[in-house]
Amino acid sequence: MGRGSCSDLVLWRICGHDYAMNVVVCVKQIPDPAIPGQLDPQTNFLKREGKLILDDSDAYGVEMALQLVDAAGGGEVTLVSMAPNNEASGLRTALAMGAAKAVLVSDPALAGADALTTAKVLAGAIDRVKPDLVLTATEATDGYTGTLPEQIAGLLNFPSITFAKKIEISGTTVKVDRQTEAGYDEVEAPMPAVVSVTAGVVEPRYPSFKGIMAAKSKPVDELTAADLGITPGTGQQIVSVIAAEARQAGEIIEDDGEGYLKIIEFLEQQKVL
Amino acid sequence: MSLDKIWVFAEDAGDKVSTGTLELVTKARSLGGVVEAFYAGTNASAVAAELGNFGVSKLYTVDAGGSLLGVPVASAMAGQIEGGNKPDAIMFATSYDGRDVLGRLSVKLDRSVLTNNIDISVDGGQVKVDEAIFGGATLVTSTFTGDAPHLVSFRPKSFTAEAGGSTTAEVIAASVSEAGQAKIVARHVEEREGPVLDEAALVVSGGRGLGDADKYSMIEDLAKLLNGAPGASRAIVDAGWVPYSYQVGQTGKVVKPDIYIAAGISGATQHMVGMKGSKTIIAINKDAEAPIFSIADLGIVGDVHKVLPQLIDAIKGR
Repeated sequence: MGRGSCSDLVLWRICGHDYAMNVVVCVKQIPDPAIPGQLDPQTNFLKREGKLILDDSDAYGVEMALQLVDAAGGGEVTLVSMAPNNEASGLRTALAMGAAKAVLVSDPALAGADALTTAKVLAGAIDRVKPDLVLTATEATDGYTGTLPEQIAGLLNFPSITFAKKIEISGTTVKVDRQTEAGYDEVEAPMPAVVSVTAGVVEPRYPSFKGIMAAKSKPVDELTAADLGITPGTGQQIVSVIAAEARQAGEIIEDDGEGYLKIIEFLEQQKVL
Repeated sequence: MSLDKIWVFAEDAGDKVSTGTLELVTKARSLGGVVEAFYAGTNASAVAAELGNFGVSKLYTVDAGGSLLGVPVASAMAGQIEGGNKPDAIMFATSYDGRDVLGRLSVKLDRSVLTNNIDISVDGGQVKVDEAIFGGATLVTSTFTGDAPHLVSFRPKSFTAEAGGSTTAEVIAASVSEAGQAKIVARHVEEREGPVLDEAALVVSGGRGLGDADKYSMIEDLAKLLNGAPGASRAIVDAGWVPYSYQVGQTGKVVKPDIYIAAGISGATQHMVGMKGSKTIIAINKDAEAPIFSIADLGIVGDVHKVLPQLIDAIKGR
């Protein structure tokens, strides 16, 4: 929320008031993506046992939120997350980066929740925080449904700008460079708004030792779906899971300094050269 | 049993509809019944003629009023449905705008969504969709437990676009009850030479094995020499070396070129799901154990910093 002129009406809150830019970042704790995923043979839900980590995709939103709060000169970053258990190790990572607190909706009844149910839960939790801005990733690494930002915005009746490459705040307007197929669009919306952040656009900070220590005592409020008045459900069902046809490996050779000739030969066979 | 009516969200790509739109209407047509489309661009009459040739009977036009498309298009669709015009399914491409409209609409209709699919079928009146997960190793078929309209999105290249129809679609202006508040104030087209990533016949992608952002220029050079498009693994997009629009994978673009060249990419499942449909795959990686070699037609176990410059020089010298 840059320091504007006091004659600018939209900035009245800054002048004479302590303006606080409060940002919610939706984050997901996921199984380590380096370990091959598995479906539970009973439920067909993705197995989420063991240690969960902060989804890498969410680190960009957390970093962006910290920078926006910094630029505004006040306010805080609140994490909002959902999990079928009260696992919070991934949240601690984001708290160590500098988020002030977290709200974790933790309920075994939410296992296997579809994207719309997840959005209802997150929107319910966000509504309690009353933020100026909500940031999300474009999709989670494990489930990647990819509709959650827009669903949260729809439920909260907020405008939304997806696939942000850059975010700026001007008064009560959020200005975003939004990725498009052809390039990017400059898009503006009144706040509060939901903005989804594409990966790689900021460099997430590494938590400092001090940050890690401080994160241990930062508040993580736990809620259930019932606390938010939400009946967990899903409007979909998996009917079959089969192994896809495997692709066979071809010729693998060790480069002896002339490996490139093999590629040339292959491209010739394919009539590219 | 077939479906009575399917809607498709038709997207602009310059002065015509996107290839993804044509893929979807082709598939929708094969499921029987009426196919109608919603369109928020400025070339309605040309699009009505083009989509008519693909069997679309009605084209609902939406005036987005300069805002992002999620709210106005979802509002137009929901308005039609409230008025009793109800499709069995609504199909979207897994694209920036397609995802926006799909998300907004799911809230307006309070319907679940099934996304990232590669196929759709109708079985006893029930809509079923297939999604490839775990890097394409597993195929999951899902259905909806709630009422129609069923909201589904598909990966690009899931279907082959084929004309089939000889009328012009009837153009109907759909009313928009909720205007979008996210306004587009300027558009920027980034000039890029050569074909676009998800439509190119040849793709050259680079990964972490390049070692350094500067080295990505080798990928661009090779792509240009071969009239292909440059792509990237998630690792180097996350590292900020190239924009998100270059990313091939589960979160990113799905490509199915005739030839895919993976340089310095180990082959995480995240990446494989986005490119394993390629007709042929060439992989260059210094780690002989890299998973990418398990799906490569030609694998060179070697250093990309040696192999790529040699390859580029050899092609230039021809």
